[in-house]
Amino acid sequence: MKYVDEYRDGATAAKLARAIAALAQPERVYRLMEFCGGHTHAISRHGLTDLLPPNVEMIHGPGCPVCVLPIERLEAAIHLALSEGVILCSYGDMLRVPAAKGRSLLKARAEGADVRMVYSTTDALQVAQDNPERQVVFFAIGFETTTPPTAVALLHAKALGLKNFSVFCNHVLTPAAIQGILDGAQGERPLDGVIGPSHVSTIIGSQAYEPFAFKHALPVVIAGFEPLDVMQSILMLISQINAGRHEVENQYIRAVTRSGNAKAQALVAEVFELRPSFAWRGLGTVPWSALSIRDAFADLDAEKRFEVPAFTSQDNKACACADIIRGRKKPRDCKLFGTACTPDSPLGACMVSSEGACAAHWTFGRFRDGEAAQ
Amino acid sequence: MTTIDLTHGSGGRAMHRLIKDVFAQAFDNHILAQGNDQAAFDVAGGRMVMSTDGFVISPLFFPGGDIGSLAVHGTVNDVALAGAKPLYLSAGFIIEEGFPLSDLVTIAHSMARAAQEAGVWIITGDTKVVERGKGDGVFITTTGVGVVPPGLELSGDKIRPGDAILVSGTMGDHGVAVLSQREGLSFETQILSDCASLNHLIADMVAAVPTLRCLRDPTRGGLAATLNELAHQSGVGMAVQESAIPVRPEVAGACELLGLDPLNVANEGKLVAFCPPEDAERLLTVLRGHPLGKDAAIIGHALDDPRCFVRMETRMGGVRMIDWLSGEQLPRIC
Repeated sequence: MKYVDEYRDGATAAKLARAIAALAQPERVYRLMEFCGGHTHAISRHGLTDLLPPNVEMIHGPGCPVCVLPIERLEAAIHLALSEGVILCSYGDMLRVPAAKGRSLLKARAEGADVRMVYSTTDALQVAQDNPERQVVFFAIGFETTTPPTAVALLHAKALGLKNFSVFCNHVLTPAAIQGILDGAQGERPLDGVIGPSHVSTIIGSQAYEPFAFKHALPVVIAGFEPLDVMQSILMLISQINAGRHEVENQYIRAVTRSGNAKAQALVAEVFELRPSFAWRGLGTVPWSALSIRDAFADLDAEKRFEVPAFTSQDNKACACADIIRGRKKPRDCKLFGTACTPDSPLGACMVSSEGACAAHWTFGRFRDGEAAQ
Repeated sequence: MTTIDLTHGSGGRAMHRLIKDVFAQAFDNHILAQGNDQAAFDVAGGRMVMSTDGFVISPLFFPGGDIGSLAVHGTVNDVALAGAKPLYLSAGFIIEEGFPLSDLVTIAHSMARAAQEAGVWIITGDTKVVERGKGDGVFITTTGVGVVPPGLELSGDKIRPGDAILVSGTMGDHGVAVLSQREGLSFETQILSDCASLNHLIADMVAAVPTLRCLRDPTRGGLAATLNELAHQSGVGMAVQESAIPVRPEVAGACELLGLDPLNVANEGKLVAFCPPEDAERLLTVLRGHPLGKDAAIIGHALDDPRCFVRMETRMGGVRMIDWLSGEQLPRIC
């Protein structure tokens, strides 16, 4: 397949693996976090950890939008979906995520809620236009990649004067989350380097990572999602670490620039503003880490149009997600992993989507764990 | 679980648990306990095979087939995969009020054509009409019977460590062809469903390699689900090579775009075969000699693993598991 196979060439991977092994100094440990769930997925799906020396350790970060959405926001979405006359439009991978008491959007649908899987905000707008007698709510989740399309949908809805469309906004911000992990580290040095997101960086640009790379003296390499991109970025990170540099480097030059997509940034700025704080599943409350809809678009804000009761919920006390996301623990260190918590009945953030650290390890890697993971 | 949701019908772990906990428990008998996609049993004068399948596909018409041809191919295949020669089918129709007669005629003719190609007769049936809104156009259930040649006993519990694993062709064509027609997901594609009756191909295979252990069609849940099912049924592990598994570039491309894994995508005209290692090349030659097996490949082997894991060496040189799907495969957000 053109433009994919080039980035999945086994011989080139072996060459990069040899270069990494030669460059990695045996007396030190390299703790590298791939922030993005897309990278976690690529690493697991292509078995890339087998190509790395044992002292190069990959920590799977919190960059899976489905995983980090707190249960109370999902409860609110389920509440909206079950409201009289509402059609709730959602991206597909949100449907199965369990809320409290095993509820989910998929189960709400089985109970009669009208929940539609959409592939884009355009689809959601179309549903609203096709069903003028119903209230259509778009369940907006995701990082900076999915935010501009939501902004466009809000602008279109406003221009069209659509009275039956609104957005339940849960968009979150990548740099704030990485900052949150670093600030919460309390003395320990949690990471030696970060593999920066691919798609997110096409929007916000590589400069968005410069403040914390500087503040925490942390090397960052923005990487594409293909396995060779990841391998090359690991090599670049190790080379920065060995040289004592802490720069934001860009491996994904075929798509990412320093300043990013100015048009998308302007759209987002027009429609959204920062929330002073937002709760992340697994990370806890992170200041200035999410977006809400500006007052100029208040009549398209589902949280203002509908009565959404405040839900409260807590993750299972034995859940180790908070430590796994920060790199303090591995999935197999969690007592719940593979017993109470599996992809079929996930309890923690890292298990709810295939991009989460625990789900990826369960699905692709648990055969390495010995009898315990059965 | 208090209600049935879509994960219970998607060929993954949830469906298997439902079948085990509800149906297998209620109907418990030694033939059902074979756990295959068909039941084989002795009758006076030989061994028979019977299988049934319900078809609820949306859309009803898709590139390369329709619900009618699918309903024939699917059941013919389930009978034939036991090594049997399929003979007769029944067909039950649940039709929704308001369904266009012309579509029903098209579907019936498509079934007739598929049956003729497979060499089976549709000899009995049933017709029910339900109120508008209580069905999705038309649902079809077909049941097939066939006879097994003497001495042949293929079953999912017969795979032994060392056995070769073969597939008869490219993976994921049917699922992607159907997805491409789904409402809200129209993308231009030349991919046709692989929907076909495999009984003639299977007859060639059985005749040439009577040592065959087991055949199965990787339908819902794709190759991944089939390999896991069989690994557990036979109590073995499996190791396959990503580079050996045939996938059309168009299918791989569509899956990339949608965030799906071709190994989890359904096929309707493909089979997975297991045989002793020394017979693998001969089986491959037979497969490739038939139009429905021209892209066949040896993809790996069974191994001794009490935990029954299916692992895959990736193109990149690493190893990862191939697991069951948790519920329906849903497109990823980014």
